[in-house]
Amino acid sequence: MSAIFDVRNLKKMFGGLAVTNDVSLSMAPGDRVALIGPNGAGKTTFVNLVTGNILPNSGTVTLGGEDVTRLGPTERVRRGLVRSFQVTRLFSEMTPEEHVALAILQREGRSGKMFASHRAMPDVMNEAQALLAKLGIAQLAHHRVSEIAYGQQRLLELALALALKPKVLLLDEPAAGVPQSDTARIEQAIADLPSDLAVLMIEHDMDLVFRFARRVIVLAAGEIIFDGSPDAVTKDARVRQAYLGSYADARSVA
Amino acid sequence: MQTVFSIGVDALAYGMVLFVISIGLSVTMGLMRVVNLAHGAFAMIGGYIASYAARDLGLGYAVAVMLAVVGTILIAIPVERLLYRRIYGQPELTQVLMTIGITFCIIGIANYVFGPTLKTIPTPEALREPVSLGFRTVSAHRLFVIGCGLAVALGLWYFIERTAFGVKLRASVDNAAMAAALGVKTQVVYAVSFAVAVGLAAFGGVVGAELLPIEPYYALRYMVTFLVVVSVGGAGSIPGALAACLLLGGIDTTGRYLMPEFGEFFFYLAVIAIVWLFPRGLAGRAK
Amino acid sequence: MALLANSDTISTAGDRRARLTRDAIGVLVILVLAAVGYFLFPNNLALLTRIIAIALLVLSLDLVTGYCGVATLGHAALFGAGAYGAGIAAAHFGITDPIAMLAVGIVAGALAGLVSGVVVLRAHGLPQLVLSIAIVHLAHEAANKASGWTGGSDGLAGIMPDAVFGLWQFDLWGRTAYVFGIVLLLVAFVILRQIVRSPFGMLCRGIKQDPVRVRAMGASVHGTLIKMYAISGAVAGAGGALNAISTQVVGLDSLSFTMSAEALVMLVLGGTGSLYGALIGTISFLWFEDVVSAANPFHWLTIVGALLIAVVLFAPKGLYGSFAAYLERRGRKGR
Repeated sequence: MSAIFDVRNLKKMFGGLAVTNDVSLSMAPGDRVALIGPNGAGKTTFVNLVTGNILPNSGTVTLGGEDVTRLGPTERVRRGLVRSFQVTRLFSEMTPEEHVALAILQREGRSGKMFASHRAMPDVMNEAQALLAKLGIAQLAHHRVSEIAYGQQRLLELALALALKPKVLLLDEPAAGVPQSDTARIEQAIADLPSDLAVLMIEHDMDLVFRFARRVIVLAAGEIIFDGSPDAVTKDARVRQAYLGSYADARSVA
Repeated sequence: MQTVFSIGVDALAYGMVLFVISIGLSVTMGLMRVVNLAHGAFAMIGGYIASYAARDLGLGYAVAVMLAVVGTILIAIPVERLLYRRIYGQPELTQVLMTIGITFCIIGIANYVFGPTLKTIPTPEALREPVSLGFRTVSAHRLFVIGCGLAVALGLWYFIERTAFGVKLRASVDNAAMAAALGVKTQVVYAVSFAVAVGLAAFGGVVGAELLPIEPYYALRYMVTFLVVVSVGGAGSIPGALAACLLLGGIDTTGRYLMPEFGEFFFYLAVIAIVWLFPRGLAGRAK
Repeated sequence: MALLANSDTISTAGDRRARLTRDAIGVLVILVLAAVGYFLFPNNLALLTRIIAIALLVLSLDLVTGYCGVATLGHAALFGAGAYGAGIAAAHFGITDPIAMLAVGIVAGALAGLVSGVVVLRAHGLPQLVLSIAIVHLAHEAANKASGWTGGSDGLAGIMPDAVFGLWQFDLWGRTAYVFGIVLLLVAFVILRQIVRSPFGMLCRGIKQDPVRVRAMGASVHGTLIKMYAISGAVAGAGGALNAISTQVVGLDSLSFTMSAEALVMLVLGGTGSLYGALIGTISFLWFEDVVSAANPFHWLTIVGALLIAVVLFAPKGLYGSFAAYLERRGRKGR
């Protein structure tokens, strides 16, 4: 299948230091890829480069065959590259229903409408309700986000991302900070993601990585040192070196 | 040529006054992240105290300056304790409202106590004489003001870069939580910095009274001027503040000399242009 | 599932009815207050009309500060643009039809809103605040300098509006101006309630709470805010035009920093982000000003300052916000 998302030779320098060095990766619709790496490997920079928050020194980012390297974050979102945040970013005074409705309206280019109410748009309301129901938070549709539990906020983050109907979804540690009892629901929601969607998940929790990913990419010191199956990753010498090496370093520092 | 020279000296003196008054604001804003619109009001209080001491009580200039600085700090301490403490870490709008409220109160009280008229601070004989520089004569007062500005800049530089307190101050500016974790008593650092800032404002208000005359609306009239120094220079940056003061002093003084009928038009235009070009300040540090 | 969908549509329709009812109550309250004012203070209609004009300014400020979270101390520039726009149209171009003057004021306000929006939104935090203050000072200095057009510090006189629709002449007692103002306020209020509830309004509230999230949804933060600034300018401009039409003079004070700051005080006193708070804040503040400054004009600034400090310390949500929060708490206990 042809690539929906393609990163070629991406490089970013801060001062004289290459924090992302010659990174390439390609994804097809339906891919489930996990991006892992020790702390300081450049994962955050990579996410920022891909989403367009910072511009690379060289290399290209292609989305659905279109070069988006020079486009800003909102332009990329409109072209189907959607991300979730490691720490939830939601509108604390608004309800889940309003969140999802706003995302749907934004997707359809109707978010600028001034003389209408989303509640008077049955199509939007039905879609929002269905999406919230799918993620199991329909009963909270009319509560303020500040009043609902963190695990449910994470589910709402997913609902928001889905409401934008992305082609490529970037999940930044989707289960981070969620109590153990709630992770199963989030995992289930991730497992239920549309099968034609390309998903790139940045994750620390290796159990989650192995259950989710059919392909694992390891980033260390700004470079991709491994790109292959989950089975092979634990046996790879460089990966062991990167992880255990940094672990040993960390211990000697401490 | 004479005009150019006069503009130069006046601009330098004006810039130095701005610097002495605003530098405290800059440091406290960098430190406490409080948008303090009432800073100019403390400079005004200093001016009033000095005027009262020198004119009505007949005390000497130096004594009046001392009294103004100490008196203003004494007035500011309860204000900090009771009001400012409540807005640290609050949203910007809350800080704006509180400090505007304080400004309005101080203006109203000054108006009530001292009346709406302009107050002068009699300067000693020596400062009133013109001084000959060989090829030109300059007002001694201007030279005195410029000297004060340089002294404050050097003193602060020494205080911040070379003393133990300065180390704690810089650490707190960079990362207050980290500094606290390392055992810096940030509350003490805040209190001392606030006092120094207010004292410097009062000092600047007194020595600059010939250039920024003391009257009740002082605090409002120059509010944007002091704020713009901080936002252009970058909060917490001494060189940034100095550069901003000299730039703004130059623009304002030139405007007054060459196009007095336009009032402050060009000054505000310049303010907008500068902030537009450097929305994060000359030093370029975000927030 | 069918049952669920059914109950949903019912709740949606019910919601809608509830909100329409609340707006209808709002309109009704304004009408009742307007009638009460008319009959209780027949000799003070000029003050009441001024309250309406300022209320439009405070409503307009609520749009950018209350809904979008942009703190500004230069909003009087938009009000002044409307006032001078309508005034200059009448005094220099012979446009004396009040509706046309109003239209000129609205357009002038919207343009001023657009320009100040572009300038103010260039920076964040303190520099943003500085820009907003500089804008109102610049406008003030410009109006002062261009005295040929604006009358400078003497004010712009010679504004003689025609009868409204050729039927109702502006009278000495200010009755026509008052009714004109009330109708304008009602129209503005209904339109704004609609806008803040629309998807666009929701987007603005989103920007206030988390602009990063709004961007991650693919929406333009800057573009949305500029649009809101222009709308806000139109509303403030309408207020300015009303002031020009009713007082038949435009002074430099309509472009002042003090006016900007006072508008902010009124908004915060009433409570941000509800439109109702803006109205309540304006009425209470100006009524209070009338009472107190009649007693002692010198203490006015001190009292405003103390009032501000008190609001920040004791009622950060403002009069309406505190009241609404109280009702919500009670409602929850009841349930």
